[in-house]
Amino acid sequence: MLTFTIRRLIIAVPTLLFISLVIFLLLELAPGDPMAQVPLTVPPEVKEKMRLALGLGEPVHIRFWKWIVQFFWIEPQVLVDHIFGTSFSAGDLRVISWQTRSPVMDIVVQRLPQTLSVVGTAYIVAILIALPIGIYSAYRQYSWFDQLGTFVSMVGFSVPPFFSGVLVIVIFSVQLGWFPSIYDTTLEVTSWETFVKQLQQMVMPVMVLALQITAQLSRFMRASMLDNLNQDYVRTARAKGLGEYTVVMVHVLRNSMIPVVTVIALGIPSIFGGAIITEQVFKVNGIGQLLIGAIQANDLPMVQTLTFIFAVLIVLFNLIADVLYGILDPRIRYD
Amino acid sequence: MTDAAKDKTLQHSSVQDELSKPARSQWREIWVQFKSHRGALFGGCLFMFIVLGVVVGPFIYWNDAKFVPTGRDFITLRDMRPIYHALWDPSAKMDWAYPLGTDNLGRDMLARLMFGGRVSLAVGMAAMILALILGSLIGVLAGYFKKLDGLLMRMTDLFLALPLLPMILVAAVLFRESLSKSIGPEGGIFVLIVCLIGITSWMPTARIVRGDVLAIKEREFVLAARSIGTKPGSIISRHILPNVLSPIMVSATLGIATAIITESALSFLGFGFPPDFPTWGRLLNDAVDRMTLFPERVLWPGILISLTVLSVNYLGDGLRDALDPRIRGR
Repeated sequence: MLTFTIRRLIIAVPTLLFISLVIFLLLELAPGDPMAQVPLTVPPEVKEKMRLALGLGEPVHIRFWKWIVQFFWIEPQVLVDHIFGTSFSAGDLRVISWQTRSPVMDIVVQRLPQTLSVVGTAYIVAILIALPIGIYSAYRQYSWFDQLGTFVSMVGFSVPPFFSGVLVIVIFSVQLGWFPSIYDTTLEVTSWETFVKQLQQMVMPVMVLALQITAQLSRFMRASMLDNLNQDYVRTARAKGLGEYTVVMVHVLRNSMIPVVTVIALGIPSIFGGAIITEQVFKVNGIGQLLIGAIQANDLPMVQTLTFIFAVLIVLFNLIADVLYGILDPRIRYD
Repeated sequence: MTDAAKDKTLQHSSVQDELSKPARSQWREIWVQFKSHRGALFGGCLFMFIVLGVVVGPFIYWNDAKFVPTGRDFITLRDMRPIYHALWDPSAKMDWAYPLGTDNLGRDMLARLMFGGRVSLAVGMAAMILALILGSLIGVLAGYFKKLDGLLMRMTDLFLALPLLPMILVAAVLFRESLSKSIGPEGGIFVLIVCLIGITSWMPTARIVRGDVLAIKEREFVLAARSIGTKPGSIISRHILPNVLSPIMVSATLGIATAIITESALSFLGFGFPPDFPTWGRLLNDAVDRMTLFPERVLWPGILISLTVLSVNYLGDGLRDALDPRIRGR
């Protein structure tokens, strides 16, 4: 298992390098001009100087190498400095945003808590809802509960977040006035009232995100339970007189959870992608909105860094899912 | 007559029945199974209905989607409410000539919804076909030719590791200008979005097709075909492709659904078609700013997107059951 993990980690390095190259080349070869926003009255030689100031004068491979060094060598040093108060990175040039002229990672670190709190809560809520639904509808297959659950998960699957989000805003925020329609990121939880306010503004984005995840997870859980319920070991467990609760909740559930856990791990990065839309609907000031703003402002270093962070998340959670599968299921041996 | 003899005659007659029945083709079997899946039948009918309404509708309907009233007409025609609004608010501004009302520029909503549906469905289908061609090609090549397998599957893994939505957004912005210049604003963006969605969604098809091809390649009929000297190209087209058709068809239906959702998401985020060229996502996006006053403008495009995707998903579910011979007999 350990050798497998190490081997996968080593393979992940060229994968990530290749992905960063793809992203870099996509931004590089695209015909868009970062100077397009500059007024036409600015003379061409000044424009040329501005390009040089942004570091656009050098050839492609040198800029790619610079970005790699900045991202993989200098940024970790900054993190170490921040945690331990050392000064490894003093004087080094970091990845600078063209919009704000400040280091990209600082802005990302500012925005990350908002995204994490919304996405993380949504994921936990979704898991807590989806697993019982999946278990019960598999146990009572073709009952009205199962039919209803299948239908609801099909609907949750089909309604895109930009519609369900707008719909809940119209119903709960405009018509009923229960929740605010805009997520206030400046709110600090200091007292009971602010805590209630925070809860209120989180309900809608969390539920919209959770609906989608629940739809996928409960379907998967149901299918996995159904696979296991007809196995011989279930009959054996019943034959030796175990209670129905023990059979389902201990024997079947534990075996059905193996693929579900990996699906949960695999789903985390795609949730960050889906959060881009939800953040836009509810005006959550997270990294999704940061990405949209950076794309619109032609802020290439920011776009590149954010896209690459998404890629790192995907590769990382793929790895975690594979390793988890090997740990949980003793029948799987990679070596 | 003894019981055993009775049994025998019964058996005999049932065999006779079986033989005297006209032979049913495979497609008929599939259709019978498909019909028994109520959700799939309903989804199929609904999808047909939406496609028909969107394609034929503009020929029957009297208002033009692109017509923008000017001057005095603009004041009288703008912000019309749908006719059902009269049920609870008889004083609302409405006209039977505009069943779903008009928007803030006086353009007819129903006509725009039909026009937008044409674009959304066209993008969905075209992107699905592109993804399907790419996916089946790569899947068949990787499954059939052992030399290509490693390379192509590594490429598939790489594509699966890319953050797709952010990259689609980035590419949609970066390539928009130049494509608009060379092909024209609407055509350019149509091509761009279809290509982006197609190129980023072929991977599941490729994996499924590869798995099936790997299994089918080892079967006797392929061996027989090879032993009489059939060339790889015709083995693939005559013997392997027909056998992997069912997973391809299932992923085709699901591909339409994801393509429609991705296109609407792009338009919703403002990275899709230009504002005067409506799609369902674009209509939804335009309506969000004034949804407190005119919630119906948000609801209709959203409901249409959701219904289309829902019907396609049910269709895919039913097709999967109908095309799988292991389930079909039951």
